[in-house]
Amino acid sequence: MTDKKVDNGVDVEFLLGAREMLTEAPEGAQFQWRAKCDWVYGTHSKTSVEGFFGLGEEQNHKTEHTFDADHPEVFSSEDHGATPVEIVLAGLASCLTASVAAVAQHREIQLNSVSATLEGGMDIQGILGIDSDVRNGFDGIKVTYNIDADASKEDIEALVAQAQKRSAVYDIITNPTNVTVEVS
Amino acid sequence: MVSGAPSKIDTVVIGAGHSGLAMSYCLSHRGIEHVVLERSDVANSWRTERWDSLRLLTPNWQSRLPGLAYEGDDPDGFMTVPEVIEFVDHYADVISAPIQTRTTVTSVCCAGDGYQVDTDRGTWKCRAIVVASGACNVASVPAIASSAPSSIAMVTPLDYRNPDQLKEGGVLVVGASATGTQLADEIHRSGRPVTLAVGEHVRMPRVYRGRDIQWWMDAAGVLDEHYDQVDDIKRARNVPSPQLAGSPGRSTLDLNALTGIGVKLIGRLAGIKNRKGQFSGSLRNNCALADLKMNRLLNTIDEWVSENGLDNEVSPPHRFAATTVEKSPPLDLDLSNGQIQTIVWATGFHPDYSWLGVPVLDRKGEIRHEGGVVDSPGMYLMGMTFLRRRKSSFIHGAGDDARDLSDHLTSYLANTISNADSILQAGANK
Repeated sequence: MTDKKVDNGVDVEFLLGAREMLTEAPEGAQFQWRAKCDWVYGTHSKTSVEGFFGLGEEQNHKTEHTFDADHPEVFSSEDHGATPVEIVLAGLASCLTASVAAVAQHREIQLNSVSATLEGGMDIQGILGIDSDVRNGFDGIKVTYNIDADASKEDIEALVAQAQKRSAVYDIITNPTNVTVEVS
Repeated sequence: MVSGAPSKIDTVVIGAGHSGLAMSYCLSHRGIEHVVLERSDVANSWRTERWDSLRLLTPNWQSRLPGLAYEGDDPDGFMTVPEVIEFVDHYADVISAPIQTRTTVTSVCCAGDGYQVDTDRGTWKCRAIVVASGACNVASVPAIASSAPSSIAMVTPLDYRNPDQLKEGGVLVVGASATGTQLADEIHRSGRPVTLAVGEHVRMPRVYRGRDIQWWMDAAGVLDEHYDQVDDIKRARNVPSPQLAGSPGRSTLDLNALTGIGVKLIGRLAGIKNRKGQFSGSLRNNCALADLKMNRLLNTIDEWVSENGLDNEVSPPHRFAATTVEKSPPLDLDLSNGQIQTIVWATGFHPDYSWLGVPVLDRKGEIRHEGGVVDSPGMYLMGMTFLRRRKSSFIHGAGDDARDLSDHLTSYLANTISNADSILQAGANK
């Protein structure tokens, strides 16, 4: 056992400091995340994110990030990007994985590699309006983690369980959210 | 004494439950003049706010308060509510606590270097005050309850007595702590099919390696863990009560036991919309977390057994089956088709501080304190979850907390007296 410092690249000190600070000043914890989407052609659209609000003021990403979304050719689309539901899977995977890294850092578990495979089942009779009993969305999502870390199997399972508890996208997907869509 | 000048006393203790009485014992022992004010009778909430079949979660041998140990002949049994009332009543007699019953505190505010306590039977002025009015005065019911269809009857654990008071038909029990699991069990057995909404929960076997889980936690020092020793005390104070019941057969009441008799598990209730309950898809993970945490506790116990060389004296270590969750638990439940007739809100409790005029509440309405020493000089808190130790909210947890806090209170009174003396002295020397 060496006392090599665990480094998963997560600044836990900063997060704990932020937690303390925002406990004292909860108004700073009010964030608003934004995205802007432009239709391109057919089922192809381009979404960009840049600004968001948090810690009491307007904030910006270092640079604008854009995402192309489209549908594959089996839908007679041109496949200029990931299907929106795949982007949902990407959101879940990256949120859970960030959470795994943060919790591992906090628990002083060195991660060597982390990979996740996601499968979302869907009966497209829902979106095609064939059967009103079938929902549009996933009928379930399965996430399988493959983690190499300096920890027991039990500790790794606990890490993944805790990561779900702290994940925003996991919460968004597992719980209902009111969505308001307006035309300006 | 309904009108007239306020009575003066060193210390007022609010509440004559086991916490207030344990504090009274320690104050008497330290020669601190005090009165215990009780809105009704000793052990009032045990008399008026408990369901019929309830028994303590802790075995009888653990029912001990400073100056009184369990004297009965069933140390491994679990007290019924009438037995608890008798036990606390008996304690009040044994320690000759200076109790004024049928006295409701209507307000407490700062007055000079102490406090003024107004009651429906006169006013007290005191220098120190102990809030022992209980952690479970009000049932916490989530705001979404108001969206439930009007055909659904709703009940909280404070109003619930027995299954017979419920309509026939299905029951949704929301919450899977000690209360929720116990009520789900007896309501389902009464012939009313129960669906249990399960969020974060604490799983525990009643008996492990031949001994009660409380015995292990006591022996291994888990119950004595201090509030300043744990990683995140705020979290620890909000952990739901363990899925335990004090049944004569010492049976385990976990989710597997409940699904074994036919109770249906569903995720945490997240909303009620269009007469439908919406439930979180996180049931699997909540069960996995509870299984993992239980196994960590069992590991702690096994290590303690080995460290103390007791492996040959108790039965060998083993693990319990993982919580069984159906492959795709339902995510909604129709609340208007008659299948569910009643919702039981086993969603926790909170204290009532509507009478407290001292500015010590945080934004969540909880008293700011450091291990029971409240953020206002001379004010103390008793009987809350993990107040000073993991056992603080148990009957046997009151003793150590009362000893610590009465020590603090005693030196507070001594120091403020000497301050007042030295000010007088300084004035006299001028």
